[in-house]
Amino acid sequence: MLHVQDIRFGYGGTPVLSGVSFSVGKGELCGLFGPNGSGKTTLFKCCLRFLNAERGSVLMNGEDVEQCTVEHLARLVAYVPQEHRPPFPYLVREVVLMGRTPHLGGFFGVKRRDKEIAMDALATLEIGDLADRPYNHLSGGQRQMVLMARAIAQDTPVLFLDEPTSALDFQNQMRIWQIMRDIAGEGKTILACSHDPNHVAWFCDRVVVVGSGSVVAEGRPEDVISEDVLAMIYQDACTVRMLDGVRMVMPRCVAERHEKQGSELPLRGRSFTGVFGEADAGT
Amino acid sequence: MTEPRDFNSLLKKFGYDTAGGFDEGRKIAVLLGLAAVLLATASVAVVLGAYDITVADVYKTILVHLTLGDVEGLPKLHNTIIWDIRVPRIILAVSVGGALAIAGAVFQGVFRNPLVEPYILGVSSGAAFGAALGIVFPAIFISIQMPAFAFGALAVTLAYLLARSRGETPIVTLILAGVIIGSIFSAFVSLLKYLADDTALREIVFWLMGGFYYATWDDVILLAPVVFICFIVLWALSWKLNILSMGDDEARGLGVNPEKYKFVVIALATAVTAFAVSLVGIIAWVGLMMPHAARMLLGPDNRFVIPASLMMGGCYLIVCDTLARTLTSAEIPVGILTSILGAPYLCYLLRNKGRVIFG
Repeated sequence: MLHVQDIRFGYGGTPVLSGVSFSVGKGELCGLFGPNGSGKTTLFKCCLRFLNAERGSVLMNGEDVEQCTVEHLARLVAYVPQEHRPPFPYLVREVVLMGRTPHLGGFFGVKRRDKEIAMDALATLEIGDLADRPYNHLSGGQRQMVLMARAIAQDTPVLFLDEPTSALDFQNQMRIWQIMRDIAGEGKTILACSHDPNHVAWFCDRVVVVGSGSVVAEGRPEDVISEDVLAMIYQDACTVRMLDGVRMVMPRCVAERHEKQGSELPLRGRSFTGVFGEADAGT
Repeated sequence: MTEPRDFNSLLKKFGYDTAGGFDEGRKIAVLLGLAAVLLATASVAVVLGAYDITVADVYKTILVHLTLGDVEGLPKLHNTIIWDIRVPRIILAVSVGGALAIAGAVFQGVFRNPLVEPYILGVSSGAAFGAALGIVFPAIFISIQMPAFAFGALAVTLAYLLARSRGETPIVTLILAGVIIGSIFSAFVSLLKYLADDTALREIVFWLMGGFYYATWDDVILLAPVVFICFIVLWALSWKLNILSMGDDEARGLGVNPEKYKFVVIALATAVTAFAVSLVGIIAWVGLMMPHAARMLLGPDNRFVIPASLMMGGCYLIVCDTLARTLTSAEIPVGILTSILGAPYLCYLLRNKGRVIFG
């Protein structure tokens, strides 16, 4: 349950968001899709009140975020940042436990239940073996998985994920998307941004495409991830094909080269899979 | 049989629980061990001194005082040396060391930088200026402590106001503001040194090196309760401090208002530092080193680092101060000793544990 209405924001006079509106229903996994610098992260930060939007309103789970305290908002929405590295060597289990902060009370407040929830979140992502490693010594991809576990431990009705798969290997990318689907299936609302149109097309219930500070297209992925929309944000870099009934976005140059070479498709060894490994998932 | 279970449930009530592989049992044992070490250090330090008094006489004197026994029956000299000089001096050293160390832990957490010390926002320079004013113009300022505290607090307030813009206080700006304000007050101190006559100059120089020469029960009664209260409050906020050390946006995402809590913990840590500094002068290194040592023992979780810093800072200053008053017939300013002992320790950390501690 997320309604974003006419958000406007600029950094020191340079407008970044000029009237963004969209909404996501309960239990939906919504992909936020758009080129670099189109304002995706800024939009996230405005919704989460890290930045104060100049205009517009955000309703989260039926509550106006403007009226929420920081403490209350953290019980409504969890945020997974793109990249983050703290200066102190907190253990992974401690970082995940931090996700329980909005639910804690009392003098120190950390209860056995919270620790169990944290460990369960690690188990959900199958990274229990990282629990005793210092978080800031992990690789970027491992840290991303840990932050995802922290968001799960935070146990909020809405989740905001800023490129949750950007640093992950292929298997973990699919695992994270699958876990996001499962979480959405539990009735939670997820807004995740991604740079991969295929991921968005395959896993999301809904897509919002932003380009230069406003919504270019919004709707179901089969309607939105089309050559027309992609042409608006990526000029003519992409083409959309069907592969065994699964929609595939391909770089136009690669698709044309292979057609020219006399369609030895599908898959002619490394050069093809190297360019988009995702093709494997369709076959 | 019920006693251990009661103890465990008490621990759980405070949020310390040994379940789930969180290793808190070991950490609690370390904290208790540190408390024992602190007590042991203090008991040894009270026996050592320029004037030889037997161990039995020392403890007899203390025991009589603690049990409110017949003080008049004690030898007057022993009573004065032990109860009026050594004991308050040791308690003051523990309070100051603890205060600087917890302030250091807090500043390092809030500023997300393990190399920050409690003087980073200009407390020491401000306090030094205040003390110098008190020394050079005794007729106007009456005491040395009052202006030292007032100007120490003023310096940090100025730095905070200077760094604050549009409702936010970014860490980098705050540190820069602290450097600016600190250098202004340092310049004022130099000016006062230039203007001061020889006796006053000597006194300023001594004050800047820090020491417990004039420790009395009055100082203890002033400082110890303040340190204790600040410690309890900061300890209660220590989980929030963990979250703050992850960064502003992270803290907001996890439901900890960074502006509010940064202000609270910086204000408390500054107050306790300014108070300690105004009583005993500038003592370097404790606030930088002790939180490191605590983190090496217990990991970065501030719920354990803060109490451990308190006890280790106390221990360290007892050791340094005991050395200061026993090494030579004259007293060595304790600030010199803390630096001489502290610098090699930090070198060792940097060479051997650098990757673990500094990320």
